[in-house]
Amino acid sequence: MAESTLFRLRDDPQDSSWAHGDPAVPLDAYQAGGTAVRLEPGDDARALIPHLASLRRIDIAFPKFREGRGFSAARILREAGFAGEIRAVGVLYVDQLGFLVRAGFDAVLPEKPFDADVARATLARFPHVYMKAADTARPVWLLREERALAAR
Amino acid sequence: MYRYDEFDQAIVDARVAEFRDQVARRLNNEISEEAFKPLRLMNGIYLQLHAYMLRVAIPYGTLDSRQLHMLAHIARRYDRGYGHFTTRQNIQYNWMKLEEMPDLLADLASVEMHAFQTSGNCIRNISSDQFAAAAADEIADPRPYAELLRQWSTLHPEFSFLPRKFKIAVTGSTIDRAAIQLHDIGLELVHGAEGEIGLKVLVGGGMGRTPLLAHVIREFLPVADYLSYMEAILRVYNRHGRRDNIYKARIKILVNDLGPAEFARQVEEEWAALKPLGLDPPPSELARIAAHFQPPVLDADAPVEIDLSNPEFANWVAVNTHPHKVPGHAIVTISLKAPGEIPGDASADQMDLIADLAKAHAQDEIRVTHAQNLVLPHVRRDALFTIWQALKGAGLATANLDRASDIISCPGLDYCTLANARSIPIAQKLAVRLAPQEADLGELKIKISGCINGCGHHHAGHIGILGVDRKGEENYQLLLGGSGAEDASLAKILGPGFDENGIVTAVEKVIGRYQSLRSGPGERFLDTYRRVGAEPFKEAVYG
Amino acid sequence: MPRLLTGNRVETGDVIWWTGDGWSLHLKDAIAVDDSGEALIAQFSPQERINDLALIDADPSDAGWRPRTTRERVRAVGPSVRPDFALPSIPVESI
Repeated sequence: MAESTLFRLRDDPQDSSWAHGDPAVPLDAYQAGGTAVRLEPGDDARALIPHLASLRRIDIAFPKFREGRGFSAARILREAGFAGEIRAVGVLYVDQLGFLVRAGFDAVLPEKPFDADVARATLARFPHVYMKAADTARPVWLLREERALAAR
Repeated sequence: MYRYDEFDQAIVDARVAEFRDQVARRLNNEISEEAFKPLRLMNGIYLQLHAYMLRVAIPYGTLDSRQLHMLAHIARRYDRGYGHFTTRQNIQYNWMKLEEMPDLLADLASVEMHAFQTSGNCIRNISSDQFAAAAADEIADPRPYAELLRQWSTLHPEFSFLPRKFKIAVTGSTIDRAAIQLHDIGLELVHGAEGEIGLKVLVGGGMGRTPLLAHVIREFLPVADYLSYMEAILRVYNRHGRRDNIYKARIKILVNDLGPAEFARQVEEEWAALKPLGLDPPPSELARIAAHFQPPVLDADAPVEIDLSNPEFANWVAVNTHPHKVPGHAIVTISLKAPGEIPGDASADQMDLIADLAKAHAQDEIRVTHAQNLVLPHVRRDALFTIWQALKGAGLATANLDRASDIISCPGLDYCTLANARSIPIAQKLAVRLAPQEADLGELKIKISGCINGCGHHHAGHIGILGVDRKGEENYQLLLGGSGAEDASLAKILGPGFDENGIVTAVEKVIGRYQSLRSGPGERFLDTYRRVGAEPFKEAVYG
Repeated sequence: MPRLLTGNRVETGDVIWWTGDGWSLHLKDAIAVDDSGEALIAQFSPQERINDLALIDADPSDAGWRPRTTRERVRAVGPSVRPDFALPSIPVESI
């Protein structure tokens, strides 16, 4: 079931144990050295910062559509340098993909599977972004500055 | 004013294309209403009592004539020939068809307009002072800061699913025309020790179910870092704001629960982590935006003295114009509050006329006020008579700015699914009843909401009226003593509620008592109320 | 008490009333669905063509249905402050 709905944007192998193996453990059951953990909306993502070197995958739960704390959690983990998989899990719609990716997620396990064509179109939708976030997109103010410098 | 470059235009165009796809998927039943509703709400589309409603963003309330003509076109082409200017300086259309919405948004995009984030639990339209760049009392034009905030907040990946909606206002003056103490974040431009410009930051104000005034959490924020500071505030709110109860989800509740000092400490701590990440654009970006807001070149030798021999015109000049920072000029407020009409509504023809006047006489600028009026900000005094005559011909020359018939009203139960009672008919009756004596009453701000959400700002009214449902009947509570200005205060309920006719009579009794109590013609109702307290008014109404 | 089935058409947002064999823009065409209301909602909901399906209480009168709440009378007629748009089912002044 998980295999059929997982939407993943990473290049590393999907069959490794931390990608699809044992379910990620809750934060309060996590023990140092563990490779996968799951954050609930009220959990403090910063509690994981001492463990980022051993972690390979962090799941972040979205139990309902109105839940938005996970966007901060993912971005905090990226700001702290985490390069492993950050997976959004729960009530998520394909139209949120742009926000999720920019906030630092690179995998989504939605309740209902995403339509692949719509997902592709959603990710390609916006040619520019206004602000820096957790992805590599360069904000328009940087592009404007470069253009102004080049014109000089 | 600000002009889109290719980047801005590309983003807005992409949004139109995205929404066109989303609407098509809904109409083809590829997605359910449950999945579609949050998507349409993020584009300002509500399903109201009679049809869909669209809220179009008017960033910081500034329009040019081309844009106002487009709003008129939209009223004619897609609606029933009118629109409703709101207390967030936006415009709403009441009779929208979902299937036509993508074309409408494309029309808007062609004049650099959109409906981004005019609903939903995200950062809403940034509001500001309608007299920006024209008032003599301002430190600097607040709109460049508001525009940078608009861009920063547009499709923000971390802050598009907040606990609740989030409203930011920016002003450049100590005379507060933007109600900054009643916003989630209020920003006021201030001078620092070296004369440099910075921002005073207020957080946690708001009306609605739990009205609270904002707290200052920083006296001086350097403008170079203000966006990362905003990120810090929003992150603290997004992580810790309540999500278990939508009535306690606004940032004001969090600030109140933590206490402003602790909230400020958490923001500073978050800011220390965020500031080094390079989130703030270079000063050149703010300078680029500010260059769009260069003040117009006005003739400082324009005559100050004009012919005021027509008493009706002279009265309109006295009531509806303010001094401009440049001699020989004036700021004109066009009242959308002719007694008996619907507050804030304007017909397509009226919009076209105002756009033409702005083009011919006001440096091509129009502003929308949070009191649901329109402003021509830069007008030569010797053009005032021509403008007044044109306005008069269109029913737009009512001289009642900030007076008893200049009533703020939400759409209420005549349009809105959230409303418990109608507000517009109360506003109409009161305006007609009070207009004959309003010159004697002076400044008197009456504000009416049809439900506890308070879109009609009843808590900020000198006299506020709140419509409630009492066993299926419309009932109206009377509140006194509020202000949304620099002397902000929250109005308090006077006593038991009234029916539709009863509330009109009650307001008249309050005003009658004020007239007998005031110390002189210069003492406003609000000042008298603050001096004598609620008791004499309670006695007048219920005694 | 008679109950009527109403909703809004997804394409246009129009307020519509169940007539027994279809939908009408006019309250006067509505039929009382009474006990079959829930079943009709269960039938129409999954089709996703009508938003905000709901059963409302109305009283019969010589002039036709009169919904119990101000809200539903406003929905049936139009904004009380725009009599020029009023639909004919109830006199706008009696909202």
